[in-house]
Formats: sequence, structure tokens, C-alpha cells
Amino acid sequence: MQALYAQLLVGLINGSFYALLSLGLAVIFGMLNIINFAHGALYMMGAFVAYFLLNLGGINYWWALLLAPIIVGIFGMILERTMLQWLTGLDHLYGLLLTFGIALIVQGVFQNYFGSSGLPYAIPDQLRGGMNLGFMFLPVYRGWVVIFSLVVCIATWFLIEKTRLGAYLRAATENPTLVRAFGINVPRMITLTYGLGVGLAALAGVLSAPINQVRPLMGADLIIVVFAVVVIGGMGSIMGSIITGFALGVIEGLTKYFYPEASNTVVFVLMVLVLLVKPTGLTGRAA
Amino acid sequence: MKKSIASLLLGTALAVTTTGAAFAQDKTVKIGALSDQSGLYADLGGPGSTLAAQMAVEDSGLAGKGWKIDIISGDHQNKPDIGTAIARQWFDVDKVDIIVDVPNSGVALAVNNVVKEKNGVYINSGAATSDLTNAQCSPNTVHWTYDTYMLAHTTGQALVKAGGDTWFFLTADYAFGAALERDTTAVITANGGKVVGGVKHPLNTPDFSSFLLQAQASKAKIIGLANAGGDTTNTIKQAAEFGIVKGGQKLAALLLFLTDVKAIGLETAQGLNFTETFYWDMNDQTRAFSKRFSAKMKNGAMPTMVQAGVYAGVRHYLKALEALGGNPHDGVKVVQKMKSMPTEDDLFGKGEIQPNGRTIHNAYLFEVKTPSESKGPWDFYKLVGTVPGDQAFTPLSESKCALLKK
Repeated sequence: MQALYAQLLVGLINGSFYALLSLGLAVIFGMLNIINFAHGALYMMGAFVAYFLLNLGGINYWWALLLAPIIVGIFGMILERTMLQWLTGLDHLYGLLLTFGIALIVQGVFQNYFGSSGLPYAIPDQLRGGMNLGFMFLPVYRGWVVIFSLVVCIATWFLIEKTRLGAYLRAATENPTLVRAFGINVPRMITLTYGLGVGLAALAGVLSAPINQVRPLMGADLIIVVFAVVVIGGMGSIMGSIITGFALGVIEGLTKYFYPEASNTVVFVLMVLVLLVKPTGLTGRAA
Repeated sequence: MKKSIASLLLGTALAVTTTGAAFAQDKTVKIGALSDQSGLYADLGGPGSTLAAQMAVEDSGLAGKGWKIDIISGDHQNKPDIGTAIARQWFDVDKVDIIVDVPNSGVALAVNNVVKEKNGVYINSGAATSDLTNAQCSPNTVHWTYDTYMLAHTTGQALVKAGGDTWFFLTADYAFGAALERDTTAVITANGGKVVGGVKHPLNTPDFSSFLLQAQASKAKIIGLANAGGDTTNTIKQAAEFGIVKGGQKLAALLLFLTDVKAIGLETAQGLNFTETFYWDMNDQTRAFSKRFSAKMKNGAMPTMVQAGVYAGVRHYLKALEALGGNPHDGVKVVQKMKSMPTEDDLFGKGEIQPNGRTIHNAYLFEVKTPSESKGPWDFYKLVGTVPGDQAFTPLSESKCALLKK
């Protein structure tokens, strides 16, 4: 029984990454109508920026949590300005193909220079060690990941669903012409939104750097699962992707306990089941 | 009818003489370096293996003697179907003579069948499964660098003898993991130890925490890692995070490569014991080769034992071709010649290829240095012990290879 609780907690930790990444995807899809396949590559860039900041600039983890999302977010905004904006109004497929291509190029470049086995990034001193919870040994860092990502997820949800800025954003995606008539710069808003989504991916990358290796393919390995999370949660639904992210992490953790061989596929089995019953995903709106 | 038989015989005779003549003059060779070029084993083999093959060709000096030797490379992506498709195309279309490297035991065993069917030469350096020279041995195959039997009988045995008598396995769920767990379990039980449990994880798993918790709960003295590359580095890093070694359990990295230690960092990897058959900083010859190799690598990496094995294997293959006086394009014949000549090179020293295709050379027990002991970016290993080849690898009396039955 103790082991089961431990697996639940570990699942929640992985769920934090799924939630952060699928949240960014949902924001981008909801506002830009783009299926951002480059998300995994941008997550990887977040981890690499943290690595560079530490090893070239001596800038520690805490600053990286702030700076890496900004740097990668700016890179994302440049992508949006130079490439993605031309796809406005076209079929989803074009965005998917373009971002997939971007992901391959970015990953290829990193792999060419840094190999595939990755670079070490140490856990910051303040978050080292762990505590004995009675049923398991919880590394402090992992506990921090769960709490921090929960806070970020809720803050993002609040920003989009409850603030005036979020209301503009949602209005701009519903009816850009009308919103522009109010004197609001819609293209800039879209660019900033993409930057925000990308920043969330980079933030997840920084969080993951001390747990996983900083590897060029770290995003490629994760992105398919995250897409499954988004599909199960319902494309474009903010709260849906947060809840599904955490829930699927837990389900995956349980599978690792009861039948480890299936842990890589359980998410996809669930996806099939959900789509059979509810094609829009658990909380998705009908297209 | 009689006439046609006569002309057939004449034609055959003519063909035999012309092939014979062509063989004596044929000095063209095509080498295919088949590896994981982009996945979790790319750093231990991959582009570095292709470079090692190129260096072997250059160092052989055969170009100066009128030989024309080409190298092509391919990416099997750790998928047996892709690996065999490339191998078939190489033999059928590109007229490749020899396939080298092929890490990932699943792919390696599949390619083994193709090479045998096409009568090519197969020098495997990257894969671990001892089946390549045992149950599934082939007259076309030489297994160069290491195998699961050797890993089990060096690292495994040393740990059991040092008191690690209860084991829990974290095993990569494919041919390699199964072979390594099987061979190590045999050593553990033979030495009075016991396997108390294990878990099979999918290849290329980013998160091991669930599995590590199970290993922790098993209370086994040793957690045996029957995985490799990125899977091993992630396990070791995350085991440190969960305080496994501090809690009194010991990690046995049954297979660890130089590039893995680089990826983990000495801070976390220090003190790990493991076995390799090559380390760049062993002697003047290995250092000289490794520095030349490193200068040509994009990230300045030193060679792993897999890449060293590709170099040594290709060197020996070319020596055999030179001794034959030309390329007969007949895999079995070339491999027989390779087996008949003792092996000797700067990287592995003196050795031999057994009749089952297993190359025999020394194996070394290493320990990872502490950060303060390390003097440079690739200064990672301390030599703990040397196991002579005849004790490290499967004795012929135990081999189930069909080639040994006369």
C-alpha cells in the first residue's frame, strides 16, 4: 500500500511537466489556432539556455527560471513574426508541418553540436536532499517541481480566463476585426501569446534540467505524450489540459507499478478510449 | 541436349577462371557503418564509429598499395526492421562487403541473419548480447568489443564476491536487457547470491523514479542496471536524487561507457564500478590514437570502447584482405582468414578470434574518479583490476555455437 502512495506521488511529479507543456500548447492552439509541434524543441531549448547561463555566465538556477523563458520566448516571438504569422487563416495542417520542420531543424542543430547523451545540470544547493514521508523518500527538488508548476498553471489560467488582458486575448481570437476596431494591436497580441506559450515550455525545460539530462532529444521524447494529453483534455481548453496533465502523470505512474511494460503506451490507449466516447476530448468545445 | 550441357560446362569453367582472375586483382572494398546516429546510443557509436572506421582505413596504408576502400554510414534508429532494410539495400544495391558497429542487440541479431544470408562480413562492436557468438553464432560474424557474458563475469562477479548477495534488476525491455539479466543472474546464483526481484522498463525511458522506488522497496543490496546509454545515465542520476546509495543500497552499472560518465558528471558518477575493454588513457598508443580521434570529433569527444572496437575490427579485416591478396567478396572465406590470424593492435593489444566469432582480449575493471582526482575534461577512470581474456569471455566448452560442432 505504501508503495502505491509513492507511485501516486511520483506520477503527480511527472504530471507537472505534462501539465506545464500541455498548458502552453493549449494557449497557443486556443489563441493562434496553431498545433505547435515545435513545443518539444522549445522545451529542450529552455533546458539548454539554463545550462549555458550556468556554465558560460555563472548565472544560477533561480535566475535561469526567469531568464530562460524570456530568452526562448523572444526566440518564439521571432519565429511567429517571421514564419507562423503567414499561416493565419490556413488549415491547421500547415502550422503543424511548419512547426514540425522547425523542431527537426532545432533538434538537429543541437544534436550536431552537443551529441545525444546530454549534459549534466546539478540540482541547486537550496533544493538538495530529501525528506522521509514514511511511505517514501521524497527528493526536495521533486516536491518543489509539483508546487511550482501548480502555481504557474493556476496563474496562467487566471491570466487568461479572469483578467482584462485575457478577455482581450480571447476576444481577439473570436473576432479580430472587431477587436482591432477598438484600437487594439491584434498581431502584437498574437505574437505575445505565442511568446507566453513558448516561455511556458522553456520554463518546464529549466525545471526538468536537474532531473533529466540536458539532451537535444529530451523534447522529442516527451512531445508525443504531451500531445496525447492535449487531445484527451480537449484541444485549446486551458483547465482541461492542466487537469489532464496531472491526471495522466498519475495514471502512468500507476501503470509503471502494476504493469511497467505498458507504461509507454497507456496514455495512447486512454486517448483512443476517450476519443471513441467523446471526440472533442474530455473538456473540449466542439469545433 | 548434349551440346547444351557441354556449353554449360564450358561456360561454368570460364566463369570460374574469370572470377578467380578478377579476385586476384580486385582491390575494392565497401564498408557500411550501421549505427544509431541520432538516438540514445549515438554518442557511444554513431558518427564516432564511422570516423573510427575511416581512421582504420587510413592507418592501414592500403590506399597507397592500390586499394580503393569506401565507407558509407546508416542510421538504424534502434529499430530492427530499419536496420535489416538498410543492410539488405547495402548488400543488394550498394555492394557493401562488410557491416560494422551496430549497437542495440535487437538490431544486431536481426542484421546478423541478413549478413549470413548475403554472405557478407559482420564485425559487431556496439551490441552486447552474447547470443551473437553463442546460440545465434554465424560463420560471417565477428563480435569484437564486449558482451553480456563478459560484463556479468567481471562486474557482476566482483560485486557478489564483495558481499552483494541480493539483487534487484532494472532491465531494458529488449534483447540486450534480457541477455544481460540472464547472464548476470547465472553468475549471481553460481556464487551463492539471490535475485529478489526486478522490473522491465521500455527502451528510452526519461523517468525512472517509479522503478527506483520499487528497487528501493525490495531492500536488495545491489540494484543491477541491465540497461545502457541514456537509460543508464538517467537511472544513475535519479537514483542519486532518491538517496538510494546513501540509503545503503549499491548500484551496479553493468554496462557504462565513457560518454555516459561524461553525461552524468563526476559529482554523481564517482565511485561507480564497471567493466570496459578499452579506455583512452591506458598507455601511449591508446592516448596517441585517442588524441587524433578527438581532434576530428565535432565536440572533441574521446573514443568509447565501441568506437575503438570498430577501429580495431576494421584494421584486422583489412589485414586479412591484404593477406588474401585481394577481396574475394566471400564473407565466410574472409572471416575464416580473420580467425586464422592472431589479432594485435594499438588499442586492444594481443588477442585472437575464437571459432565461434568471439574476439578475446583483456577486460578491465574501472572505478569512476572523484571530481578532485580528475585532471581534465575526459579524465574519468581509475584502473581497479585486469581480467585476462580467457577468463572474461565464454569458454568454448560452454559455448552452444553450432560452428563448434564438427
